[in-house]
Amino acid sequence: MKNKISALLLGTALALCAGNMAFAQDKTVKIGALSDQSGLYADLGGPGSTLAAQMAVEDSGLTAKGWKIDIVSGDHLNKPDVGVNIARQWFDVDKVDVIVDVPNSGVALAVNNVVKEKNGVFLDSGAGTSDLTNAQCSPNTIHWTYDTYTLAHGTGSALTKAGGDSWFFLTADYAFGAALERDTRAAVEAGGGKILGGVKHPLGTSDFSSFLLQAQASKAKVIGLANAGADTTTSIKQAAEFGITSGGQKLAALLLFITDVHSLGLNTAQGLNFTETFYWDLNDQDRAFAKRFQERMKNHSMPTMVHAGVYSSLLHYFKALEALGGNPHDGIKVVAKMKELPTDDPLFGKGSIEPNGRTIHPAYLFEVKKPSESKGPWDYYKLIATIPADEAFTPLDKSSCPLLKK
Amino acid sequence: MQALYAQLLVGLINGSFYALLSLGLAVIFGMLNIINFAHGALYMMGAFCAYFLLNLLNIGYWPALILAPIAVGIFGMILERTMLQWLSGLDHLYGLLLTFGMALIIQGVFQNYFGSSGLPYSIPDALKGGMNLGFMYLPIYRGWVVIFSLVVCLATWYLIERTRLGANLRAATENPTLVRAFGINVPRMITLTYGLGVGLAALAGVLSAPINQVRPLMGADLIIVVFAVVVIGGMGSIMGSIVTGFALGVIEGLTKYFYPEASNTVVFVLMVLVLLVKPSGLTGRAN
Amino acid sequence: MTALTDDTLAAAPHAIRDEMIAFGIMTALLLIVPFTGVYPFFVMQALCFALLACSFNLLIGYGGLLSFGHAMFLGTAGYVSAHALKVWGLTPELAILAGTAAAAGLGVITGLIAIRRQGIYFAMITLALSQLLYFIYLQTPFTHGEDGIQGIPQGRLFGLLNLSNPTVLYYVILAGFLIGFLLIFRTINSPFGEVLKAIRENEQRAISLGYKTDQYKLLAFILSGTLAGFAGALKVFVAQNASLTDVHWSMSGEIVLMTLVGGLGTIFGPVVGAFVITAMQQYLAGYGQWVTVIQGVIFVACVLAFRRGIIGEIAHLLRRSL
Repeated sequence: MKNKISALLLGTALALCAGNMAFAQDKTVKIGALSDQSGLYADLGGPGSTLAAQMAVEDSGLTAKGWKIDIVSGDHLNKPDVGVNIARQWFDVDKVDVIVDVPNSGVALAVNNVVKEKNGVFLDSGAGTSDLTNAQCSPNTIHWTYDTYTLAHGTGSALTKAGGDSWFFLTADYAFGAALERDTRAAVEAGGGKILGGVKHPLGTSDFSSFLLQAQASKAKVIGLANAGADTTTSIKQAAEFGITSGGQKLAALLLFITDVHSLGLNTAQGLNFTETFYWDLNDQDRAFAKRFQERMKNHSMPTMVHAGVYSSLLHYFKALEALGGNPHDGIKVVAKMKELPTDDPLFGKGSIEPNGRTIHPAYLFEVKKPSESKGPWDYYKLIATIPADEAFTPLDKSSCPLLKK
Repeated sequence: MQALYAQLLVGLINGSFYALLSLGLAVIFGMLNIINFAHGALYMMGAFCAYFLLNLLNIGYWPALILAPIAVGIFGMILERTMLQWLSGLDHLYGLLLTFGMALIIQGVFQNYFGSSGLPYSIPDALKGGMNLGFMYLPIYRGWVVIFSLVVCLATWYLIERTRLGANLRAATENPTLVRAFGINVPRMITLTYGLGVGLAALAGVLSAPINQVRPLMGADLIIVVFAVVVIGGMGSIMGSIVTGFALGVIEGLTKYFYPEASNTVVFVLMVLVLLVKPSGLTGRAN
Repeated sequence: MTALTDDTLAAAPHAIRDEMIAFGIMTALLLIVPFTGVYPFFVMQALCFALLACSFNLLIGYGGLLSFGHAMFLGTAGYVSAHALKVWGLTPELAILAGTAAAAGLGVITGLIAIRRQGIYFAMITLALSQLLYFIYLQTPFTHGEDGIQGIPQGRLFGLLNLSNPTVLYYVILAGFLIGFLLIFRTINSPFGEVLKAIRENEQRAISLGYKTDQYKLLAFILSGTLAGFAGALKVFVAQNASLTDVHWSMSGEIVLMTLVGGLGTIFGPVVGAFVITAMQQYLAGYGQWVTVIQGVIFVACVLAFRRGIIGEIAHLLRRSL
């Protein structure tokens, strides 16, 4: 069956069989950009993700070929309930085909279920949870940009290799923090590093001093911050105050975005290590995209990897639709096509989508520049190491995705 | 053992914020009989005020320490004059609801304009760096916070408990009609008291700006902890709220050392224990 | 000092009859919803919040106790029901029972602590207790922290009714709401309810009349918590997830807001308030944090100028009890 379909698709649009004609002519697409438009993740996703989606529509050139593509955007306020309601209504009432972005793991997992139930397409860029391609994987979902495994393994193994062979963890005391610490620990130990200890801090701590004192006393070379959002930025800021970085210990943030570095300022953030899958200044194509993005962004910020992911995943989605000759309004079919086609886009380069919905591409370990090294605004990162695509994500044989058992 | 001293000291730093905030709540409660739910939002405004002074007017930390509390205090007095004063004579719970609404508005507006991730505010040059105390590395700024807030707390206590102005205040709390008969302008006194309480919150905000990121929600969760502190201490006395604030900071610091997982619940657990043993709070009078 | 609610109309003639007519109209309206084209999930969610607000109103409107932590019952019942459905594989009716029972148990424990203080202190204590619970749920593994419990199977109620069918689900939720509502209605008009009102008006006098007011307040608190839990258990079937949002203090604030908008101490006010606030969130969702600001403005406006709430004003105009 699969061969038959692809054979058909290899032919011209005219050669499509009669059964496919019904959807072959349907060239309308509705995209829902669901993000946190105003809260903690608004800077890394939010309005920027809607803009990235718009740019993907424009750059795909589909409108010139007679396609009609609309974008709606929504604010999930970081509440799973709200996210589910919006998604459900988008499918039921607005006839949305594909939902993009969705930062915040809790909301993403909830939306994931709705998309599966409604047979839509879910291209997640903003959420970090690796559950999306493991226990909770779905034939309707593609997880594009990064996940906790990437962050933990990238930072853990690359830093250990670079000489940071003793670690102390500051872990946010909830599932996400624990997962980050567990994965990083494994990568550090696999690289021959030692774990000297760790401390769990409650989520939303405003004062990290006592935890930082313990980290300082451990004399570990690297202090791993297995937390997110405000917890990460606060701990980085207070670490600078306690003279941790100037005392020779390295800080490794396991989840950090360029917008966080921007808000911290280079003075505080310098020397920080972390993993991302996209940086605007890596090559000419990235720079060209970033420049166009920045010009159109209201606050003139550079694109984060989440924005880049929204853009690239949509480009790939459009490619699949073109290959199908029209929009079948059938999520499983489109996602299957997306998995079948190799990925190749200006921002993430060549790669592929695995059967569990995980997009595979390289990741990069960065270090934040010293203020003296920065040549201008947004010139923040030094590339320390490139993590090849096959090491950056969970190996397929270790994925617990039920889709793989067939 | 050395680490323990370090944690005690760190606990005192947090205690300073609890003390300043619960003191402000107690001052307001004493005069207006209102639990000021907007206290956390006004604390946040203090920090933002310092940020604006620096970035818009190039006014540094030291003047901000005085200017920000005054500015936010005036804002508070406007709130009192335009809204809170209409509630006198109504059930006290309406004050709680009104100030909760005000907190939502203030925080929401700041979130819309400044996002949630926070803005940087650096430590003033004179207080940069740290001292090696032998058992810990103490950033000078943190030492300053403890000493300064202790001084402010004691000064407030002196003002209210030992001066003529304070005596009038306390008298007005007990019997407003009688005090009015003595020719004292009670409504103005209420307004000024609210301004004072709010100013204390804003001062705590300025103090915390260099330690924490300046964030719209920086006060939202803190205020609930401070409520628990207030319930533990009881709002019967000014000194009581100061002592409880510092003490709970220290206890929280110790928890961070012995059992860090519980460090953000310990205050609430203590509240439960105190309520079971002495419902009126440690220093409170029975209601 | 004026009490929180205006009860001068309680003795209006034919109060019960008016209320029954209003109840009939409300039920009829809700029954025809699936045939009107109104989005059923919206109404289901609003119904859950309506029951929640009614349970909160029982406490404040008739007991004079302002609970600023009512989200803890909603969230606890939600988590327990979700866990029962997904992990233990219980049937829907047993899961609802489990969630409601958990909320009742929580009501006993927190009630014993919270009723030791009155007024503003009571509000602060309930808020602090719910925050304590929030942190506990954040850390315990069974709630899955920030991810929440997701993809909850809806199953078949009593082995018969397929809850994944939106229309069936709607009527089940509506039935649950009506049961809870009638229970509250019955309580308010019972001798127990009369004693509660007496305590609210003048606790000292009630004590001197020989009533053990603490026991009455505790019982009201437990009943209110249990019903709030029932609403939380029902909500699991609508949202198909249980998350920290439902235990957060902002949810407690929303419950207060719904009741305040509709009318504190009115029977139908919380229902109207829940619909108004849910609709507002739905239609203003695109405006992000401005929703928070608008909620704040409504709070302030209600407290300053509109203390009777929507239904309270209508009842006042019509000189009826609603």
